[in-house]
Amino acid sequence: MFLVDYIKDVFGAIKSLATGMKRTGYYFTHHKEIITQQYPDNRDTLNLPERFKGEVVMPHDEHNEHRCTGCTACELACPNGTIKVITKFDITPDGKKKKAIDKLVYHLELCTMCNLCVEACPSDAIKMAQTFEHSVFDRSQLTKVLNKPGSKIMEGVE
Amino acid sequence: MYRETQIVSDVSKVPLEGGEGTFTINVGPQHPATHGVLHLVITLNGETIINIEPHLGYIHRSIEKMCESLTYRQFIYVTSRMDYLSAHINNHACALCVEKGMQIEVPARAQVIRVLMDELTRIASHELWWGAMAMDVGAFTPFFHAFRERETINDIMEETCGARLTMNYMVPGGVMHDIHPNFQKRVKDFLQLYKSKIHEYDELVTGNIIFQNRMKGVGVLSAEDVISYGCTGPVARGSGVSCDIRKLYPYEIYDKLEFDEVLETAGDSFARYLVRLKEMNQSIRIVEQLIDNIPEGDFQAKTKAVLKLPKGEFYTRVETARGELGVYIVSEGGTTPYRIKFRSPGFSNLSILNHMVKGAKIGDLIAAMGTLDLVIPDIDR
Repeated sequence: MFLVDYIKDVFGAIKSLATGMKRTGYYFTHHKEIITQQYPDNRDTLNLPERFKGEVVMPHDEHNEHRCTGCTACELACPNGTIKVITKFDITPDGKKKKAIDKLVYHLELCTMCNLCVEACPSDAIKMAQTFEHSVFDRSQLTKVLNKPGSKIMEGVE
Repeated sequence: MYRETQIVSDVSKVPLEGGEGTFTINVGPQHPATHGVLHLVITLNGETIINIEPHLGYIHRSIEKMCESLTYRQFIYVTSRMDYLSAHINNHACALCVEKGMQIEVPARAQVIRVLMDELTRIASHELWWGAMAMDVGAFTPFFHAFRERETINDIMEETCGARLTMNYMVPGGVMHDIHPNFQKRVKDFLQLYKSKIHEYDELVTGNIIFQNRMKGVGVLSAEDVISYGCTGPVARGSGVSCDIRKLYPYEIYDKLEFDEVLETAGDSFARYLVRLKEMNQSIRIVEQLIDNIPEGDFQAKTKAVLKLPKGEFYTRVETARGELGVYIVSEGGTTPYRIKFRSPGFSNLSILNHMVKGAKIGDLIAAMGTLDLVIPDIDR
């Protein structure tokens, strides 16, 4: 009986190897099943979802106006100290002082893309962009000022 | 240089059974088979393993201490970096603990979304493990087969949560966004893909005679060993110890779902392998039950802007892809926790390694260690 079991084992082993090789052969002859993408050659056709968390940006409209009131909610929500809001006081036409942002400094090198700042913002001033290639040659380039120079707050945003 | 002499002198203090003729080799901290920066100091007599000493700390980031300076909303994102393959489930455990302290009622829709995400994460984690496991025993192709299905799940995550690995999707009171409009369709596509491809897993690896010879009867753990070392998850269930938190201490909606706790009694590497493969099918069952039955409603409960836990101690546990994760929060009533302790499954599962492979050949070490499914940042934290 030992011999029968031994031969059974050998044929079972060969069969199991052949089953695996059949699967390999299937993919060898069916090139359409291959799903490899050739990054970075396919950069133009990359389709990132709108919710993808790449980096924090501040959208500006065509009049160079943003929605940030300088309330520092994002600064408080950030776990890593990524955002620093530097405020100034504008003089309104009727002579009153009004708080506005001077600079919204964003340290990309500290950011973990957790989306808590965007959630915390009461006026939807910041959002996540779909960029993901963040490498630069100098570390100082990672510290960004999100509001564009000369920009001001949009009418009606409090 | 100091480090190396230190290690050798440490080992020389270990009483060696083999006596003369034994020697020490270091596997890691940068070795592809240790799945991260795990450093194993192995004492050998010929090819027989006499002692294994894991050296930890190469990726220690003091997450528990870091959490003490973050608020209850902020600390959840850090836990994605512990067991990064089940990031959702880690975040889920922390959110559950904060909700327990605050007594927040989570809306039904959020609960279903959370469970769906957990189970998808579990499938993705087991799939990566399957690929890496096969690679540990020398098969390279399965790794890419596994990544094909895992990629589909990652795409679903990317669309709904905005990230592929460290999602930070669970917040106290629910989930951060509602599910993407495409979510249900994409998940159904994935289920179809999974069912059309899962037979390949058995054809390529499970039935393979070489794989079976490497796995069967290797690294045998009895139920007593598993309990005394505190192992959980598939490692314990491979030895016949029932420890699925989803069944024993149900959280969210797990008590209303139909699924089986997978148990194998052999206790060897192959049993642990089968447990994980079958668990994937159970997760698919859960996803199938829920995907068409997501209730309407809010995805997030209304919570205060600043969360303050009442004074006291809170503990929750969940079943991650690797075992039981416990989150223990001590609160002094402020906005930040006084102390946080994570009971991670990886640490206990690693501790049994020496017991498991002592006396075995060094060739079996990597194969047996692969079935423990170690994620090193989870062990070190």
